[in-house]
Amino acid sequence: MKRLGKVLLYISLGLVAVFQIFPIIWLFLFSLKNNQEIFSGSPFALPTEFRWENYLKVWEGGIGTYFWNSVWITGLAIIFTVLFASMATFAITRMKWKYSGLVLGLFMVGLMIPIHSAIIPLFSMFLKVSLIDNPWSIVLTYTAYNLPITIMILLGFYYTLPREIEEAAIIDGCSIHRMFFRIILPMTAPVMSTTVIINMIYNWNEFVFVNTFISSDKFKTLTVGIQNFIGQYMTDWGAIGATLIISVLPILIAFIFFSNKVVEGISSSAVKG
Amino acid sequence: MYVLPALLLIAVLIYIPLGLSAYYGLMDWDGIGDMKFIGMENYINAIQDSKFWSSAGHSVLLAIFSTLSLIAYLAISMVLASKIKGADLLRKIYLVPMLLSSVAIAQLWIKVFNPSNGMLNYILMKLGMENPPSWLAEPSIVLYAIFIPILWQYAGFYILIYYAALKNIPDSVIEAAKIDGANPIQIALKIKLPLIMGVVKVTIVLAIVGSLKYFDLIYVMTGGGPNGASEVMASYMYKLAFSTNNFGYGSAIGFLLLAITLVVTIIVQKLTASKEEIQY
Repeated sequence: MKRLGKVLLYISLGLVAVFQIFPIIWLFLFSLKNNQEIFSGSPFALPTEFRWENYLKVWEGGIGTYFWNSVWITGLAIIFTVLFASMATFAITRMKWKYSGLVLGLFMVGLMIPIHSAIIPLFSMFLKVSLIDNPWSIVLTYTAYNLPITIMILLGFYYTLPREIEEAAIIDGCSIHRMFFRIILPMTAPVMSTTVIINMIYNWNEFVFVNTFISSDKFKTLTVGIQNFIGQYMTDWGAIGATLIISVLPILIAFIFFSNKVVEGISSSAVKG
Repeated sequence: MYVLPALLLIAVLIYIPLGLSAYYGLMDWDGIGDMKFIGMENYINAIQDSKFWSSAGHSVLLAIFSTLSLIAYLAISMVLASKIKGADLLRKIYLVPMLLSSVAIAQLWIKVFNPSNGMLNYILMKLGMENPPSWLAEPSIVLYAIFIPILWQYAGFYILIYYAALKNIPDSVIEAAKIDGANPIQIALKIKLPLIMGVVKVTIVLAIVGSLKYFDLIYVMTGGGPNGASEVMASYMYKLAFSTNNFGYGSAIGFLLLAITLVVTIIVQKLTASKEEIQY
């Protein structure tokens, strides 16, 4: 009886896993098929031959540009966010100043702000300073909007850092800047890597800002790019499948290698909220 | 000094726009031409705007679905945390959809829901259903259909949070309950659930607030259609501003969205506030 119960539990957990993963496997399967196979065969069948040409076709058809835009915009925004967030967290946790509590509050409230409430004014602000249809508007907004969550993940780690090391550095005549860049930042490498991967997921997947601020194809990132692109290939399921797989692959690969960091980042970003 | 770059960025790109949103909400403005002050007229219009109310209703419905789905997530987490082999791998598998962009999820599920070649209707027809619906084209079911990918997307996230909280409960507490003769259901409901109530409250707030501002997936999947049947607050606001250039009215709705989000957060926290925190 007890054994049977256990087996049932495993079966139900397994079914949930199938539900979670199968649509993605199905997507991968049809990205390697042509329409004839997709429309006449079973959706669960393996492709008769692996049509990698679907991938070549969409990459050369313009996905490549979107892909590289995503890479550099995501990367640059990560560097800014993690650097500025580390500096701010350092100042909040390690320095004594009058308004540190208030400033921390401003960052934490930022976690709850729905971006849609700010997007119309942001659009008109960027329009005034001619940053509409300029990728810098995206880099700046990504940096700003990811600061609160990044600071929240960093905070816990900074609170646990021993003060003795800093004190010793100061006594040895080390300046604050030197201490921050040479001692504090390297010590926080584990938590920084968590914030990097969380930022990477957010930036790579972001849609609304790019959709609103960018109109030229040459600046679009993957999320918005694939939207247009799929319009062109309306009925070519293989091409659509290949496009989607290309767009999600970098994150999935990162997840395979750093799944523990992702788990850590997601749980620490939510639980304290 | 160290805080300056970060502070400047959130001040200029988060807080000033929020203030401006309140300001624009009092204007008649197309985004380019002159602004005209019209006081509360946009808000009065919103109250009388049946499209606004129906989109707000859809948002509330999504919030209710999302909150109810937490029960299922919690049940799965309880099973997963009960000394299951491979629990760590399973919760990572559950998390995979959460990593995909809403655009990719939307495009994938458009295909799953495709009336003639989609995976869902293929399975339904194999199971003997004669005329499976065209999920995204029927006003009466589109919102329920959209909720399936939402459920799919967030399952791993909530399971992860509950699992972590459940794993924090000391074994001794559970052992003591077992010795006292409690059965697994009793342990789950009377011991584990109260012990993780703090986390459950946080997830309720996250689920409700997240649903109220839900946008990307719906915008890509249906664009709010057919005929407004899946329009939500954020997508309605976005259309007002960027399709019909009604920046003033759009800002007013955006500001309402912010106000509603904050009020709901406070209400949920008050309602679920317990007098004493449980210690163990």
